[in-house]
Amino acid sequence: MINTNKEYDIVVVGAGPGGSAVAKKCAEAGLKVVMLEKRQEIGAPKRCAEGLTFSAEKIIGKIPEKCISQNIDTGMVHAPNGKCIEINFGDSGGYVLERKVFDKWLAARASRAGAYVQAKTEVKDVIKENGFVTGVKAEFEGEEFEIKAKIVVAADGVESTVARKAGLDTTNQIVNVDSGFQYEMSNLKLRDIHCLDIFMGNKVAPRGYIWIFPKGEDTANVGIGIATAEKTAKYYLDKFIENNPQIFKDAGIIEVNSGGIPVGGFLDNMVLNGLIVVGDAAHQVNPIHGGGLKEATFGGQIAGDIIIEALKKGDVSQRGLSEYNKIWWKERGNFLKKVQKLREVVEKLSDNDLNMLAEALSGEDIVNFTRGNKILKLGKVLIKNPRLITLAKKLF
Amino acid sequence: MWEIDKKKCLRCGGCVSVCPKLALELKEFGLSHDKNLCIECGLCEKICPVGAIKVKKND
Ligand SMILES: Cc1cc2nc3c(=O)[nH]c(=O)nc-3n(C[C@H](O)[C@H](O)[C@H](O)COP(=O)(O)OP(=O)(O)OC[C@H]3O[C@@H](n4cnc5c(N)ncnc54)[C@H](O)[C@@H]3O)c2cc1C
Ligand code: SF4
Ligand code: SF4
Repeated sequence: MINTNKEYDIVVVGAGPGGSAVAKKCAEAGLKVVMLEKRQEIGAPKRCAEGLTFSAEKIIGKIPEKCISQNIDTGMVHAPNGKCIEINFGDSGGYVLERKVFDKWLAARASRAGAYVQAKTEVKDVIKENGFVTGVKAEFEGEEFEIKAKIVVAADGVESTVARKAGLDTTNQIVNVDSGFQYEMSNLKLRDIHCLDIFMGNKVAPRGYIWIFPKGEDTANVGIGIATAEKTAKYYLDKFIENNPQIFKDAGIIEVNSGGIPVGGFLDNMVLNGLIVVGDAAHQVNPIHGGGLKEATFGGQIAGDIIIEALKKGDVSQRGLSEYNKIWWKERGNFLKKVQKLREVVEKLSDNDLNMLAEALSGEDIVNFTRGNKILKLGKVLIKNPRLITLAKKLF
Repeated sequence: MWEIDKKKCLRCGGCVSVCPKLALELKEFGLSHDKNLCIECGLCEKICPVGAIKVKKND
């Protein structure tokens, strides 16, 4: 059990990919680290479609077999009229993970590096002294206790209450959060188990899309992420399933998931005196596909480096930690902001526009756009259609 | 008036992330709502993926 008399260097709140990345990095540098997770099981239930590109391994490290459900090499984007764009990922393919196993593996790695990890322990508030965050108030099995630390890391995911309680407003604007809903399904008739299927269209998934991410021969995450609409995300997904018996007839539901997906609203400032925010809590997500595993890990590692430096210098003030903002924006923020612009354009496309784009674009183009490359070409296609000129202008 | 259908709620925290007043929190046994903080803005109802929340502005 946790030693409350010990002075820790850092308390990490939340044992998701972001929290585990900070905890591992800091523990490896010899810092005294504690990571608290309020759920009784790290990683469960998932709030995730579990997709991850191979390239993320450069940041996360080699992912063990036990965390991987399926290898992916292609993507198929279905336009509203049924026209498809096939995207061959080649070397840039990826995995559909098993998040429960993956998140526990990450937390165990942090623990092995020397961090003390404890589940079923909820952080209820931060402790503030003389304008500095100096620890947290937590609860385990009904007992409340305090933990003092030089820096508190808010890695508490989309809820992001820790930073807000400390006085940093991380409330997400509703235009920057998608509403996500998903079934993990069994006994499906999958077309290709190495292919991610994406279905677009304003009737199917208004200002968003539906995904089928295979996890095995006949199992997959079937989900939807949409901007707020007339009806709920669940309503649109249920309708899609009903309308596609060729895939879903006699399929079972083996898990139900939902979640808010940050898709923008990046924060200029992610630090206070003694506090640093990472991952979903700081809206560090790729806005075009809502992927946050890699971003949270990246943010967590940058935060780790900054914390190690700050403690060496003995300066945990907002100024001392603000290098985090600078580096994150340089490494990720500026790029992700471009991707957000692209997303804002895609969101405004009508079904006709989407059909036209499916005619005009190749799979390779799509890969380029999501990486923020060759946006000019997209601009050229958009400009051919007078209705889209105003949208195209947004990209430049 | 703020109401939740606890049977529908999946405890995902989507609503918590957009609440401008920090009136919502995910506790061990479900979502908690502080009606003293709530301004009945309805944002939580809008984001909820399963339609578990209903908000009616009291006049
Ligand atoms: C429907 C859906 C589909 C998605 N699909 C993908 C995908 O395919 N690929 C991808 O890369 N990303 C995907 N994402 C996003 C991804 O899940 C997140 O970006 C990622 O989990 C963020 O990691 P994190 O460490 O910041 O937060 P989280 O993984 O959410 O971890 C935060 C942790 O903090 C804990 N916590 C919160 N408050 C407290 C507290 N007070 N005390 C203690 N612990 C606390 C939470 O219980 C949680 O375990 C998806 C999201 C959704 C909702
Ligand atoms: S968004 Fe809906 S399902 Fe998710 S926690 Fe809030 S009320 Fe529950
Ligand atoms: S109505 Fe507004 S203030 Fe009240 S709980 Fe919902 S989001 Fe928060």
